[in-house]
Amino acid sequence: MGLRRYLARKTVWYLGALVIAVVLNFLLPRLIPGNPVDVIVSQLGQGGLSSEAQQRIYEDFSREFGLDKPMWQQFITYVVAIFHGDLGKSFANYPTPVTSLISQALPWTLALQVPAILLGWIIGNVLGAIAAYKGGGWDKSVFTTSLVFSSAPYYCLALILLYLGAVVAGVFPVGGAYSLGTSPAPTWAFIADASTFYWLPFLSLLLINVGGQAVGMRSMAIYELGSDYVNYSRSLGIGDRKMTTYIFRNAMLPQITGLALSIGAMIGGALITELVFSYPGMGYLLFGAISSSDYSVIQGVTLIITVAVLVANYLVEVLYGFIDPRIRAAKSGEK
Amino acid sequence: MTNVPQSAILAEEAEPKPGPGSQVTATTRPSWRNLNFGPRMWVALTIIFLIVLMAEVGPFVYPYKSSLKVGSLYDEPSAAHLLGTDNFGHDIIAVLMNSTRNSLLNGLLAGTLAVFIGVLIGILAGYVGGWFEELLMGITNIVVAIPSIVVLILISMSLQHTNVGFLKGIGGLALVIGITSWPWTARAVRAQASSVATREHIDIAKLSGAGTPSILIRDVLPYLASYVVMAWVLQLASAILAESTLSMLGLGPSGTDSLGIELHWALAFQAVSTGAWWAFLPPTIILTLISFSLLYLQSSLDEVFNPRLRRGKKKNLAKAAARRAETARKLAQQNEKVEVLS
Repeated sequence: MGLRRYLARKTVWYLGALVIAVVLNFLLPRLIPGNPVDVIVSQLGQGGLSSEAQQRIYEDFSREFGLDKPMWQQFITYVVAIFHGDLGKSFANYPTPVTSLISQALPWTLALQVPAILLGWIIGNVLGAIAAYKGGGWDKSVFTTSLVFSSAPYYCLALILLYLGAVVAGVFPVGGAYSLGTSPAPTWAFIADASTFYWLPFLSLLLINVGGQAVGMRSMAIYELGSDYVNYSRSLGIGDRKMTTYIFRNAMLPQITGLALSIGAMIGGALITELVFSYPGMGYLLFGAISSSDYSVIQGVTLIITVAVLVANYLVEVLYGFIDPRIRAAKSGEK
Repeated sequence: MTNVPQSAILAEEAEPKPGPGSQVTATTRPSWRNLNFGPRMWVALTIIFLIVLMAEVGPFVYPYKSSLKVGSLYDEPSAAHLLGTDNFGHDIIAVLMNSTRNSLLNGLLAGTLAVFIGVLIGILAGYVGGWFEELLMGITNIVVAIPSIVVLILISMSLQHTNVGFLKGIGGLALVIGITSWPWTARAVRAQASSVATREHIDIAKLSGAGTPSILIRDVLPYLASYVVMAWVLQLASAILAESTLSMLGLGPSGTDSLGIELHWALAFQAVSTGAWWAFLPPTIILTLISFSLLYLQSSLDEVFNPRLRRGKKKNLAKAAARRAETARKLAQQNEKVEVLS
């Protein structure tokens, strides 16, 4: 009963957040003073497009945006288009649909981020728990190293790794995701080639995620180590092994919430990491779109990021509902 | 953007702890002297002081202006220009000092704004409670769920086209960062405020006829002071990083320097692959140092305010154990004596 209520509440919250995110995604670009299409087309004009092409783009966008219609009607058009999987057409690479640009970029981002986030979370938690449990020199060194890594901004560590690994040592390629002249194909040769490009960006994300989680887990575990149930169990003579599992399980719960709440930040940081490594994922696409004022691509990318973050958060919260015994046992409700 | 909020989660997840001084009766107020400033805090404060010194005093002492063209694209470090020149031919040290100053200013404005909004919402929600709390926390939870980088990108895109001069520069960016990054603080403050709201001294304040604003400021806020200070330090760090992230994407304040803008140009002009380390390493190191020292400061403040995180030194623990063993032995001897006598 408690679990069902918990799930229902979370679902309602996340649906609410999704609606607001879509509204913001629609509304904020329209804060640009004047007619956005004018702004866009005049900027395209500076890029040396022929006047005929400009005229065609202008008409197309005016129709697509429905700028002559009232705001609420524009919004409905926008939402209906989204549900049809239509995110408009790129301004800079007219008339490539935004969805096809995104579907090229998305696999790279997923391949980079999902393992980095999950592995980082697991390694970080184990490391943090060990540091808290062992104390002394172990704790000091793990804590300080983790703090350095977790406080290093994503792109700073990425830049340093790239410079050391690729330029100074020359072990790794300088940027991109695969060698020039090859094209993405599901062959072993391609995968082997791509993996040499994969290590540096992956490592820079992993180190930061491990650091962040280890710092958090260490504090949680120290809290638990000093709590009453630990003292009581100790006085009962319960062995270290058993105690560690108690502590670990209790310290774990906040870390799961922590994962849900930091996914947004991790994904944001990873986008910039792609930029540093010229890795052809969503971040790189976004960067290109910003520098060419390609509003439809920017809007498409931000929408996908928002939805991905919300879905990931939602899944973690559902998982939490199944794990936390307090929710299963119902009546006590949320703390 | 950054994983700064990690420690903010901890602040919220941890059981609401009594503020510093709640255990202490009026006669023994802790003075600053009694607080245990560890070596960590001095390390952090020293780094911060040096960076601020460089940013604020440096530009007046250094011979070159950051807008002066003194060389060409990526001149190597030389005796005249210790860190060489950037892609525009400006002296790197001059640009670096100016950038650091702007980035710090931005962080200060944005961080303070975020803490102000967060504390206001958190304290109101926690103290008033009821449907008002539900409403405010509902809004907060939604803002938390939507990735702030997305909102930042979308708003700063619009900012670049405004005609208002103020909004185009550092002020506008700070405003945007401030109004998108308060939810963490609001949630942590609410948890604390709602625990303070149930204490007796609040009842006394109410009975003596104090109004709500006066209670909030005089009787609730002081108990949250340690949290507010720690939240502020975190918000400073995260605002500085948010600015540099946006600037790297090319959405930074126009017409000025900032650490992120330096990195943006370094990437755009291939500084890394051409091996021009002097163009990207200095801003990278300064950013990391700022972020590290602020987080280090926050974590050492946490240990000062929160004794449960402080752990005894091994030596002291061993001493205490020896003392206990000694007492136990004496007790045993006494018992033996008693047994013998009886």
